[in-house]
Amino acid sequence: MKHSFLDFEQPIAELEAKIEELRFVSNDNEINISEEIAKLEAKSKTLTESIFSNLTSWQIAQLARHPQRPYTLDYIERIFTHFEELHGDRAFADDPAIVGGLARLEGRPVMVIGQQKGRDTKEKVRRNFGMPRPEGYRKAMRLMQTAERFKLPILTFIDTPGAYPGIDAEERGQSEAIARNLFVMSTLKVPIIVTVIGEGGSGGALAIGVGDRVNMLQYSTYSVISPEGCASILWKSAAKAADAAEAMGITSTRLKKLGLVDQVIKEPLGGAHRDVETMAQRLKDVLLETLEELSEGTADALVKKRYERLMQFGQFTTRPQ
Amino acid sequence: MSWFEKLLPSKIRTEGKTKKAMPEGLWTKCESCGAVLYRSELERSLDVCPKCACHMRIGARRRLDTFLDPEPRVEIGGDLEPNDVLKFRDSKKYRDRITQAQKATGERDALIVMQGKLKGLPLVTAAFEFSYMGGSMGAVVGERFVRGAEVSLEKKIPLVCFSASGGARMQEALFSLMQMAKTSAALARLSKKGIPFISVLTDPTMGGVSASLAMLGDVNIGEPNALIGFAGPRVIEQTVRETLPEGFQRSEFLVKHGALDMIVDRRDMRDRVASMLAIMTHQAAP
Repeated sequence: MKHSFLDFEQPIAELEAKIEELRFVSNDNEINISEEIAKLEAKSKTLTESIFSNLTSWQIAQLARHPQRPYTLDYIERIFTHFEELHGDRAFADDPAIVGGLARLEGRPVMVIGQQKGRDTKEKVRRNFGMPRPEGYRKAMRLMQTAERFKLPILTFIDTPGAYPGIDAEERGQSEAIARNLFVMSTLKVPIIVTVIGEGGSGGALAIGVGDRVNMLQYSTYSVISPEGCASILWKSAAKAADAAEAMGITSTRLKKLGLVDQVIKEPLGGAHRDVETMAQRLKDVLLETLEELSEGTADALVKKRYERLMQFGQFTTRPQ
Repeated sequence: MSWFEKLLPSKIRTEGKTKKAMPEGLWTKCESCGAVLYRSELERSLDVCPKCACHMRIGARRRLDTFLDPEPRVEIGGDLEPNDVLKFRDSKKYRDRITQAQKATGERDALIVMQGKLKGLPLVTAAFEFSYMGGSMGAVVGERFVRGAEVSLEKKIPLVCFSASGGARMQEALFSLMQMAKTSAALARLSKKGIPFISVLTDPTMGGVSASLAMLGDVNIGEPNALIGFAGPRVIEQTVRETLPEGFQRSEFLVKHGALDMIVDRRDMRDRVASMLAIMTHQAAP
């Protein structure tokens, strides 16, 4: 697959184009220029390293939304076996913006749930750009309760710009659907491991994001509102999105420092889309390790710890009245 | 001095204002029907227009004051103050916004919680202060709510919350998002112990507050014509590029679509909430 490049990656893109050109020339030519190609490839790698060692929050936000970024099903396919997708909320419809089902992780029975974006235009529309409607959250809740009934650990994958802001979504109770998931997830008696794989967009992300461990892929983001949304409200200009991204602290490293995220999973050079296999393997390793840790102890202790974890979110000052 | 006064001999000029002083805000105009209302009459009707029944927004203290019995009242979490962990700065510093909001409202943050009684029934009641940064939910709001819920849990007394909020507080970024999970988890505990939570959604209840604690009542009540929803009407209009239906995201719309149990007039709120709580807790009708 040919890589597509973001604006800030243009110098890399130019080098890669040059390499491609040389390869083309060398194919129908006797001249051996493989040495030259190797040199350029090394240069491209160094350049990528240097650009990626110093990314701004806004650039990371763009990587999290990269059109070639691996989505939930890309990971499910590579990490799990025996995946059986389960559909529908049993009340209204099946929402393709959320996928979930039974699966095995190295033989261990689990339940997986995640938001799903589409790759091509038709699929994007079908998946509603990864923006779930209430029936999507209610399907997720149903699967989580099924998981609890059969003592299956729950692994969720977050990748959404946010819950869908539409007339139908409001009519069917978008608020209640999200709220109910937060309510239910806080007391489920099975381990919940949350991983933000792309965009962690606000309440729409959190609705499958209450867990015992929260991981983030290195170039994923997690925020209370999109940088554009924040900028247009607080700066009165969507053009200030880069400033908003910086101010809100939406990146994995920042959120880890703030204690809101447990682990950052390193991405391959240039981002997860440059080497999906490696990324999937790293994610799988972390999931296995975390699952191992969480399997110790009783279900009650697990729920108690999750509650305590939620209660410690947010700092304040105490001063007598 | 008007030209007429200048003509008058100085002897008969009166010092100061000739007009009788009119106290500020003696009269109020109803924003909905335009009726000119006598301020004290409006106050007696709990800021509900006696002519058209329009429910005007009221502050958190006044809400609690008009809802709870006069005695006893104990404030919960009043000693908590916001902390600008992120050193957030947009066009203004968050620190300055806090100071400004505190000065304007006299409150340290946007939620007031009190333990008290309603027609003799002991309970905890929380109320959002919308004029404090749009009633937005940050760490202090979340913590106060949870402390209120914990008192409910400990004393086995019901919890009632009056919400009025634009949603999560952006200046506290992801910390504010986490308050949604925190408050919902506290409510899940109440629910497991069979302690009633009645949520009253007032104008407006949006975003992160609507998508967490406000929608989780055992009974969800809306005040008449309150704007309630997840996404703001403007955002939805921009997304779907359609005109929104008449009455969209108003209490009546939410009752019709099954999200609220009922609409209760503010003037009946005490009686109706007390009556339901008494049934839910197996006590004699108040």
